[in-house]
Amino acid sequence: MNKPLRRVAIFCGLLVLALLVRVNWVQFVQGDALKNDPHNRRVAIERYSTPRGNIIVDGKAITGSTTTDSGDFKYKRTYKNGKMWAPVTGYASQAFDANQLEKLNDEILSGTDDRLFFSRTVDMFTGGKQKGGNVVTTLDAKAQKAAYDGLGKQKGAVAAINPETGAILALASTPSYDPSTFAGMSNKDAEAYSALQKKSDADEPMLNRALRQTYPPGSTFKVVTASAALQNGLYNNVDAHTDSPLPYTLPDTSGLPLKNEGNIPCKDASLREALRWSCNTVFGKISADLGNKKMKAEAEKFGFNDPGINTPVRAAESIYPEDNRPQNAMAGIGQASNRATPLQMAMVASAVANGGKLMKPYMVDQLVAPNLNVVQQHTPQEMSRPLSAENAQKVQSIMETVVKQGTGTSAQIPGVTVGGKTGTAQHGENNKDNPYAWFISYAKTDKGTPVAVAVVIEGSDTLRDDIAGGKLAAPVAKRVMQAVLEGEK
Amino acid sequence: MSSSTTNTTTIGTIGAPSRRNTELAMLVFAVLIPVFAYINVGLAKEGSVPAGVLGYSLGLGLLAGVAHLVVRKWAPYADPLMLPIGTLLNGMGLIFIWRLDQEPSLGKAMAPNQLMWSTLGVAFFLAILIFLKDHRVLQRYTYISMVVALVLLVAPVFFPGVNGAKIWITIPGLGSLQPGEFAKIIIAIFFAGYLMVKRDALALASRRFMGLYLPRGRDLGPILVIWALSLMILVFETDLGTSLLFFGLFVVMLYVATERTSWIVFGLLLSAGGAVAVATFESHVQTRVHNWLNPLELANGGVTETAQAMYSFGSGGILGSGLGQGYSRLILGIAPKSDYILATVGEEVGLAGLMAILLLYGLLIERGIRTALAARDPFGKLLSIGLSGAFALQVFVVAGGVTGLIPLTGMTMPFLAQGGSSVIANWALIAILLRISDTARRPAPAPAPSTDAEMTQVVRP
Repeated sequence: MNKPLRRVAIFCGLLVLALLVRVNWVQFVQGDALKNDPHNRRVAIERYSTPRGNIIVDGKAITGSTTTDSGDFKYKRTYKNGKMWAPVTGYASQAFDANQLEKLNDEILSGTDDRLFFSRTVDMFTGGKQKGGNVVTTLDAKAQKAAYDGLGKQKGAVAAINPETGAILALASTPSYDPSTFAGMSNKDAEAYSALQKKSDADEPMLNRALRQTYPPGSTFKVVTASAALQNGLYNNVDAHTDSPLPYTLPDTSGLPLKNEGNIPCKDASLREALRWSCNTVFGKISADLGNKKMKAEAEKFGFNDPGINTPVRAAESIYPEDNRPQNAMAGIGQASNRATPLQMAMVASAVANGGKLMKPYMVDQLVAPNLNVVQQHTPQEMSRPLSAENAQKVQSIMETVVKQGTGTSAQIPGVTVGGKTGTAQHGENNKDNPYAWFISYAKTDKGTPVAVAVVIEGSDTLRDDIAGGKLAAPVAKRVMQAVLEGEK
Repeated sequence: MSSSTTNTTTIGTIGAPSRRNTELAMLVFAVLIPVFAYINVGLAKEGSVPAGVLGYSLGLGLLAGVAHLVVRKWAPYADPLMLPIGTLLNGMGLIFIWRLDQEPSLGKAMAPNQLMWSTLGVAFFLAILIFLKDHRVLQRYTYISMVVALVLLVAPVFFPGVNGAKIWITIPGLGSLQPGEFAKIIIAIFFAGYLMVKRDALALASRRFMGLYLPRGRDLGPILVIWALSLMILVFETDLGTSLLFFGLFVVMLYVATERTSWIVFGLLLSAGGAVAVATFESHVQTRVHNWLNPLELANGGVTETAQAMYSFGSGGILGSGLGQGYSRLILGIAPKSDYILATVGEEVGLAGLMAILLLYGLLIERGIRTALAARDPFGKLLSIGLSGAFALQVFVVAGGVTGLIPLTGMTMPFLAQGGSSVIANWALIAILLRISDTARRPAPAPAPSTDAEMTQVVRP
C-alpha cells in the first residue's frame, strides 16, 4: 500500500503548494491593488486616523481637525470660515471623499507622501503618530474677504491674480457651502451633502464658479480683440481713427446689423474711444477683419483653449472656437460661442498689466513637512506673451481711460492707476435670461502692479445695459484691489 | 550513550529513538509563540501587557506539559511534531479569536469559551491516548461506526439552519454541535475497517477495459452510495465543504486500499457530475460560484464579505499590519472568528505569517501520511491516511475558499477557527494519529535471551 500512499502524500503536498501560490498571488502580486482599492475602507480609515495637515493662508490655518468618537474614523476635518474658503480648499469628507486642494494634496495632508519619508521614519522610531504636512497657499485673506463680502448674496465669482507672479490672491464663488457640514459620516452629514447637490439646490453652491464655470465673457473680451488688432498691426495708434462704419453689418449675412448699446459715438472711433464706450461695431469689425485664425491665436496666447490650466486645481477650459465669419465677428465682442472662466479673464487683465507677459496662475506656494521643512516650493513661471511690451502699454492706456472716464468709473481708487473693462454678457435665447455682469481690472502703484482681478455676477435683473458691469461688478473689483493694495503698504 | 556501545546487533531491539525530548523542546516554542503574540496584541490595542497573560501562559503551558507527560508515559514512541503543531495552531487560534473579541462590532467575546473547548479537546486527546491502548481495537466497531456516522451526518437536517447551512445540531441549554466534524473521524474508522476486509475483492475482481480496471457492479455499490450520500448532504444541508470532504476521503482511501487508479478516475467523474448536477439547480451553490468568480463585485450597493476578505489579504501585504492593528472586523457577522479567521491572519501577520501557518498545516498533514507509511498493519495505514487526507482536504477547502482559490464552503479551519466541535474533533484526530505512530515506531519486543551468550558466560572463568 505504500506506493499509493506516496502518491497521496505528493497530492497533499500539491494542495498545500497551491494554497501557498494563491496567498502569494493575493498578498504579493495583487496586494497593492487590493490595498488601495477605493472600496477598501482601510484607505479612508487610514486617511482619518491622524489629524490632517492644514491649508495655510497668510500664515494661519484655514482648516483644522477634530476628534470624533463615531465609527472607524478618528479625526474629522473642520473649516474656519468654510463658506468663504470653500472654492480654495474644496472639501475632505469621511463619507464623500475629497476634492480640490484637499484631494490633490491628500498625500501631503495625510502624511503618506513619499517626500515625507524621513519625518515618517523619525515618527516611527520616536513612537510619534504620523502627521500630515501643510499646504501653504498664495491667497490673501483680506482680498478673499473683500471678494466674498463684495459678492454678498449675489450669485457670482471673483478671481484675483498677482500679475507679476501669477499667484492667485482671491478665489471666491457664491453661493457657497461650508465643507464642515458634511465632513463626518453621520446621517446629518449625508443630509447636508445631498441638500447641496444640484438636484436639491438649483443654485449649485458646490460649483466653484471662479475656476470651473465658463461664461460668455461679453465686452471684457474686447481687451483681447484690441490686443489682437495691435499685435497683428491692424491698427497701431490707439488714438487714430479706425475704419468703422455705423451701422455695421455682420459679414456674410443679408444685412444683419451689429448694434451698440444705446446711441454712442462709435463711427470710426479710435480704439481708446471704442473701448471707453464699449463699441460693439468697432470690435466686431476688428475681429471680422483679422479673421478667425488670428483671433483664435491671440485668444490662445491669453490661455483660451487650454484644457490643462492647473492651479493645481484644474480650471475649466475657456473656449475660443473655430467659427464662421459672422460668429467670429460676434466672438470679438464676447457674445458668441466663446466662453471664459473668471480666472481666464483675470489672466487677460494680468497679462496686460504685466507688460504683456502672462504668468502661470498658481495657488500653492509651498508644501511643508510636519517639521516645517519645505518639501516643494513653487517658482513663478511665464506661460506666454500675448502682447509686446509696447502694445501692452497701449492696451493699459486705453483700459485706464475706461476707468477714468468711461463705463468703469466706479472702480476708481484715489492715488492708484486702475485699468479696467466692463462687460454685460447676454444670456439665454433672445436675451431672455438675466445677463452676466463682468468687470476685469488691474491696479498699479509706483511700486508695481500687485493685482489683477475679474468679477462676474450672474443674474441680476436690475440692469440690462452695458453699464451693468460697471454698476455691479466694478465695486467688487475695487474692494478686492483695495484690500490687496492695503496689504502692500 | 551506553546503549549505543552495548548494542551492536543488526537486529534492532532499539527502534527509532523516542524523540520525546525533541517534542518537549518544540512544545516550549509552541507555548512561547502564542504567549508573545498575546502580549503583542495587548500592547497594540491597549498599550499595556494584557492582564490575562500570566493565566494564559500558565494555562497553555499546563495543557502542553500535561499532554507531553501523558504522551511520554502512554505513547513514548509517538511522532514528536504533531502535538507541538497542534498546540501552536490552537494557541494562535485562541490569540486571533481573543484579538477579534476586542472589536465590539463583532459581537460577544468567544475566546473564553474557546479556551474551555480547547481544554476539553486536550482532555479528550489525553483520554484517547490513555484508554486506547491499540488502534486496532477500533476495527471491531466498523459497522457501529457506519451507523453512528450516518446518524451524525443526517441529524442536522432536523435542526434549523444557521447562516444558510444546516450543519448544526442545537441542544437547548447546551449550545450547538457540528456533528460533521466528528463524523469525519468516525467515517474514517468505518472506511478503514470496511476497506481492509474488502480491498482484495475491490482490487482484483475487475475487468480490464481501455487500460483501466473496471470494478464489478456490486463492488461499485459503496462508492455510488457514498456519492449519493454526499450529494444529499449538499442538497439538504447545503454544505458543500462536508460533502466534498467525505467524498474525497472515500476516494483517497479506496485508492490506497486497492492501488487501482481506476477508482480515482471514477471518483473524479462522479464528483464532477454531482457538482455540475447540483450547481444547476441549487441557488446556494450558484451564489458561491458567482462570488468566487467575481470576488470584488459590489452587491446591494455594498462590499461583499468575499471582497472584504480579499481586501484584508491585500492590505496585509507581505509583513502584515501587526497583530491587533488590522481591520478584518470589516468582515461583519460571526464569520471573522470562524470561516474567515484566515483573513485576520493574512492581514495582521501578512504573507509571511500566513505561509508559516499553512506550512504548519502542511507539516502536520505530511507527518500524518508518514505515520500511514510507517504503520505496520493495513487498518492503521488506512485509518491514518484517511484522517490525514480528511484533514488535508479540510485545510485546502477552507483556506482555498477564503483566499478565493476555489468557491467558498462553510467549514472551519482546524484548530485556528472558533468552534467547540471542531477543536475537540481535531484533538481526537491527532490523538488517534499519535497512537498509530506510537505503535508503528515502537521497537519490536526484545528478542529472547540468546542461549549462546549464556553459555559463553558460564564457560568463562
